[in-house]
Amino acid sequence: MVSMVFLQRELRLLARQKADWLNPILFFIIVLSLFPLGIGPEPNMLRIIAPGVIWIAALLSVLLAAERLFKDDYRNGVIEQLVAGRHSLLAFVLAKTFANWLSTGLPLLLLSPVVALLLGLEQAALGAMALTLLLGTPLLSLLSVLGSALTMAADKGGILLALLILPLYIPLLIFASSAIEAASIGLGYQGQLAILLAMLLLALALVPMAVTSALRINVS
Amino acid sequence: MFKWLDPYAKSETLYHFCGKLLPYLMVSALALLLLGNIWGLAFTPADYQQGDSYRIIHIHVPSAIMSMGAYAAMASAAFVALVWQIKVAHWAVLAIAPIGAVYTVIALVTGMAWGKPMWGAWWVWDARLTSELILLFLYLGVIALNGAFSDRQVGAKVSSLLALIGVINLPIIHFSVEWWNTLHQGASITKFAKPSIDPSMLWPLLISILAFAVLLLALTCLRLRTAILMNEQHRPWVRKLVGG
Amino acid sequence: MNLNQPLSASTEATDAASIATKNAGPVLQGQQLSCIRQDRVLFEQLSLQLSYGQLLQIQGKNGAGKSSLLRILAGLAQPDDGHLYYQAKPFAQSLPAYCANLCYIGHQSGVHEQLTALENLRFWRAAATLQPADDWALLAKLGLAGLEDVPCRMLSAGQQRRVSLARLWLTPALIWILDEPFTALDQSAISLLQQHMLEHLNKGGAIILTTHQQLTLQFQSLIQLELAYRW
Repeated sequence: MVSMVFLQRELRLLARQKADWLNPILFFIIVLSLFPLGIGPEPNMLRIIAPGVIWIAALLSVLLAAERLFKDDYRNGVIEQLVAGRHSLLAFVLAKTFANWLSTGLPLLLLSPVVALLLGLEQAALGAMALTLLLGTPLLSLLSVLGSALTMAADKGGILLALLILPLYIPLLIFASSAIEAASIGLGYQGQLAILLAMLLLALALVPMAVTSALRINVS
Repeated sequence: MFKWLDPYAKSETLYHFCGKLLPYLMVSALALLLLGNIWGLAFTPADYQQGDSYRIIHIHVPSAIMSMGAYAAMASAAFVALVWQIKVAHWAVLAIAPIGAVYTVIALVTGMAWGKPMWGAWWVWDARLTSELILLFLYLGVIALNGAFSDRQVGAKVSSLLALIGVINLPIIHFSVEWWNTLHQGASITKFAKPSIDPSMLWPLLISILAFAVLLLALTCLRLRTAILMNEQHRPWVRKLVGG
Repeated sequence: MNLNQPLSASTEATDAASIATKNAGPVLQGQQLSCIRQDRVLFEQLSLQLSYGQLLQIQGKNGAGKSSLLRILAGLAQPDDGHLYYQAKPFAQSLPAYCANLCYIGHQSGVHEQLTALENLRFWRAAATLQPADDWALLAKLGLAGLEDVPCRMLSAGQQRRVSLARLWLTPALIWILDEPFTALDQSAISLLQQHMLEHLNKGGAIILTTHQQLTLQFQSLIQLELAYRW
């Protein structure tokens, strides 16, 4: 029940601050369209770089959305008072994470056909991309919530956040882009998906705990 | 269980303990370093394949091993700090981080210098070099995060938490980089065959590794003492110590 | 809207709790507390205690460490030295029980500016796992009638403070810790809040607050603590 109220609140906030989640999506599309301009529009070339490019653009756009995740609630004292009350901090974190996924991960997933069009991906690779996004974007949300919680009370955010969480994204980047690549040359990619799922489950078990302690520390 | 460790959680005791250890550590680190490196660099036979260029392992391997050892030490300190809420352990984390980062840089630079004659390029995306590079990012993250807070105590605690998160991630990152490397290995990159090292080369190497470990300890003691003094500058014992 | 519904569903429970704990000695105790912030000793060797029914007013100049003390007492920060006890048990063991019985409203209001007063209250109700009740009546009582549905950034500082303080009418917690609750409030709101505090104390609650203003009501069990500014 608590989580539902919290989730409603997060969604309401997102509805009122549309730039917070629309800008990262726009950013994702713009970055993707820059690659053909920089590298050249040959379909073969695009097909080779597509898996990596898609995921790097996804990482960066999620990072963009991560910075402000906790800032408002930190400044107006909501988090401090939640920590003082002790209860419901975890529910708060879960609601934040889920709302973050709904507003940044899910749109990327929905946009994947458009991306496939832009980069000339084939049917099989499109399926793989959608599956990696389905498993990978929740992981991205978890990690960006973590990074955002760590830097919540820091004087300077931005670049610091990137320095902290981009290295954590590396395994995801490797396995996700490799899955798309395997699919585009007609190989199986269940192995990569299984590893992505394993990483997601591990993160699901550990990250909320780490986030609550990061929030506690930041207001202490 | 660790009752005998309790007094060292007190900063004053730890300060004096580190002070007592420091000269011994410094002298033995210096002696081991000189012994291992002079022996390794000047008195071991040249490698039949790599000639004299292999000698850089006497710096490269110890710094690479100890860059990971330092991370393990830092993460252990972070664990102690967060679980038992011991302040000096937080300071230990921050004392180790820059030393580990410097070791990592040394390992990277010597690795590149070694790679140039071996691979014909300063940088190749070898699994071990790549992992080392990411390790450097993790170190820099801990250092930068600590610097970003105006409240030093919060900064120290958050850095400890990040060090712990990093140590959970390191094996995952390492594994995925290895996997990525075997997947993408082109013909141009020839990995070194794991050589069975000749004892005449092994001993100086082992001594150098030990030297880097002792040096790590010595530098940590030194930095920890400074950190204790800085954080406790208003305590009576520090005031008495500096004669204020 | 049924404006006549009772405001707090948990009044009975609160009364029962207060009777049970009223004569159990000091509820909150701090011994030899010290706090160092940014190389400055804010206070040292500070001891205090608070029993149910008492109001502790902490005074001092800006920067004397009032907020830091409150945050330590609320279990948010840790003292650099000293010990805290809740019902004679050290914080290490009793913190969860203590926090469940605590309502802390800090220097920041805890009001999200993009949300309306009603939505903010709903959030805090959920956070404290309280049943939904008639927030409209409460907001009207606090002089916010007609502003319930306006995002809080459109409200004045005093009105935002009222939204923030509305939690004191919701919470069943017996211990209140309030950082400058009267800031930006007008006379009528100040006396409304003091009246409410008086009722809370009579019901057996305990309050710690910082304020620069003189309390206008007569509080029987007022304890004052002056924090000196130290260099």
